[in-house]
Amino acid sequence: MKRIYLDHAATTPVDPSVLRAMKPFFSDRFANPSSFHSAGLDAKRAVTESRKRIADVLHAHEDEIIFCSGGTESDNLAIQGVVRAKRQTPNAKCHLITSAIEHPAVLEPLKRLAKNREIDLTILPVDAYGLVSAKDVVKAIKETTVLVSIMYANNEIGTIQPIQEIGREILAWRKKRDTKYPLFHTDACQAAGVLDLDVEKLHADLLTFNGSKLYGPKGIGVLFVKRTVKLEPVMYGGGQERGLRSGTENVPGIVGLAQALEVAEEKKEKEYTRLLKLRDHLTIGLLKIPKSRLNGHPCKRLPNNVNISFMDMEGEAAVLYLDAKGIQVSTGSACASAKLDASHVIRAIGMSYEAAHGSIRFSLGRSTTMADIDHVIRVVPGVVKKLRHMSPVKVEMKYFKEEDEIKKNGRLKK
Amino acid sequence: MPDVKARDGKQSWFYSDEVKDHFFHPRNFMEDEASYGDACLGMVGSPACGDVMKIWIKVDPASERITDLKWQTFGCASAIASTSMMSVIVLENGGMTLEEARRIKPQDIMERLGGLPMRKVHCSVLGDKALRAAINDYYRKAGRNDLIEVEQGRIIDRDLKVTDHDIEEAVLDGARTIEEVQEKTKVGTGDPSCIPEVEQLIRFYREKHFGKDE
Repeated sequence: MKRIYLDHAATTPVDPSVLRAMKPFFSDRFANPSSFHSAGLDAKRAVTESRKRIADVLHAHEDEIIFCSGGTESDNLAIQGVVRAKRQTPNAKCHLITSAIEHPAVLEPLKRLAKNREIDLTILPVDAYGLVSAKDVVKAIKETTVLVSIMYANNEIGTIQPIQEIGREILAWRKKRDTKYPLFHTDACQAAGVLDLDVEKLHADLLTFNGSKLYGPKGIGVLFVKRTVKLEPVMYGGGQERGLRSGTENVPGIVGLAQALEVAEEKKEKEYTRLLKLRDHLTIGLLKIPKSRLNGHPCKRLPNNVNISFMDMEGEAAVLYLDAKGIQVSTGSACASAKLDASHVIRAIGMSYEAAHGSIRFSLGRSTTMADIDHVIRVVPGVVKKLRHMSPVKVEMKYFKEEDEIKKNGRLKK
Repeated sequence: MPDVKARDGKQSWFYSDEVKDHFFHPRNFMEDEASYGDACLGMVGSPACGDVMKIWIKVDPASERITDLKWQTFGCASAIASTSMMSVIVLENGGMTLEEARRIKPQDIMERLGGLPMRKVHCSVLGDKALRAAINDYYRKAGRNDLIEVEQGRIIDRDLKVTDHDIEEAVLDGARTIEEVQEKTKVGTGDPSCIPEVEQLIRFYREKHFGKDE
C-alpha cells in the first residue's frame, strides 16, 4: 500500500543533500570545536561557516546566531533568558505578552513563570481566523513589559501573523519612550524555509527556528539574539555559544541545519506556488464533505496547511482509520495529546468543542503530489461517513456557515 | 488489515489487537434507528468532553434478558472499541439478564479488551453508565419505578453522571490531583463548573483514606 505522509508540520524527512553534508562530521571530522589541534580547528571552521550561511539568510551578524537543541530550547532560552537578565536588577518587575495560540514551547514556560509569580503575563486573544492584532499588542504594553512573544505562523491552523507590523509597532513604542524594552521574540519554526526570515524587516530581537521542520535533522535549533539584547543563560557550563548555550556543539546538526536552510531558501519560491495549488485543491475537495469547515485564515495561511473540522466525529478515530488506509495526518484534539482538553488553538478561534474534537490537520510537503491529494480527497469522505455513522452527535448545520468562496476556491482572494 | 509494527517485531501501537479489531470492525452499532423506536434508550456524555455514548436495548419481558443491544459513540478509538466490546459481553450466551448487565464494570470491559493505555482508561467508563441508563428506561417504560436504580452516590457532574462515589474510587485507585481524577473519570471536562466541588472531594477522600500527612 502506498503511504502518503501529510504530517510535515510535525516533522519533515531529511533532505538527501543535508544528510550528505552531515555524514563526514560523525566519524571522520568528529573533533570538538573547542579543541586546539588541527582536527578541532577543522570542526570549528565547519561551525563558523554554517553560522555565517545561516546569518546571511537572516540578514544577521554571525555572533547573533546561537545554536540550541531545537525549537523548544530556543523558545525557552529566549523567554527565560530575558526574564533572568531583567530580574538581576533588584525589585525589577517583568510583564510579558503572548498570544492564546502559541506553541506549548512558548506558553508552558510563560505559564510556569507566571505561576511562580516571577512574571505578569498577558495572553492576547486571537480573532476567528487565529490572527493577533498589532493594535492589541501595543495596547497591552506596560512600562514593565520586557518581552512580547508572538509566533510567525501557527503549527495547527497555519495562520500567518502580521509579524512585521507587530515588530514595527513595538519598535515605535520603544523609540518614543527611549527604552530598550519590550523586546520582540517570534517562534518561526513553521515559517522557516517558507516565509521571509529577514530579521531587519521583521524587527525581531529574538527569533526561533529548528531543523526538523525544514528537511534538516532533529535535535538542532537556532535562536537569533540581536547584539543589543541582554540574555542570561538557562544552562551553565563551558561557555560555548557566547556563554548563552553551554555544551559541546552539535557539529553534524549545525552543518545539516545550514545546508537545510539554504536548500529551502533556494526552493522557496517555486515550492510556495506548487504547494499553494495543492493546498487549495485539497481544501476545495475536502470542503465538499457536508458539515466540514476550514479552520484558520482563508488566505493568510501557510501554503502547506489544511486544517478542517468534520462535525459529529472525533479526530483521533479518523487519524487511525486514515492511517490504516496509508494516509498519515494529525489532530490537535484531545486524545492525540496526553491532555483531555480539546485543541487550545481551535478553541481560541471561537470554535465549539464539537468542532475542536473533529479537527484534522493535513500538512503537505516536498514529496506531496497532485495524485496524492486526489487520493486523499477520494479516501477521506468514506472515513468521515463511517465515523459519523457510528456517532450519536448530530450538530445542526446552522452552527458552521462557511463562505461559498472558500468552498469554491479553497481560500479568499484577498 | 495493514499494521504498524516496530522493527524489533514488537507492536508500536498504543492499542491491543483486541482494541484495534473492535475499533476497525465495531460490532452491533446502530445502523437503522427508525426500527428501534420502541427500544429502551440510555445516553451519557457530551461532545465537550470528547465522548458521547448512546445505547438502545431490547428486553425479553419474560426472562428479563437483553436480546438486542445497539450503540452509537462519538469518541476516540478506545471509546468506540469499549462500547463495541461491551455490546458483545452483554449479548453473548443468549444475553445477560438486566441484573447481570447492571453489574458490568469498566474493568470488565477493559480486561476483555486486553487493557487500555493509562490515559485512555476514562474512555471506557461511560459505556456501562449508558447501559444502566437504558436499563432504567426499560423499568420506567414497564411501569416498575421501584426497580429504577439511581447512580450510586450523589451526582457531581450532570453531563457525565459522575458521582461522589466515582471520585472516591478514583482516589482509592491512586489519583491524587484533579488531573489524575479526570484521567480516570473525565469529571468536569464537559462542564467545568463542578471542578471546585471535585477538588474539595479529592481532599476529603485523601484525608479519609490516607490521612492528613500524605
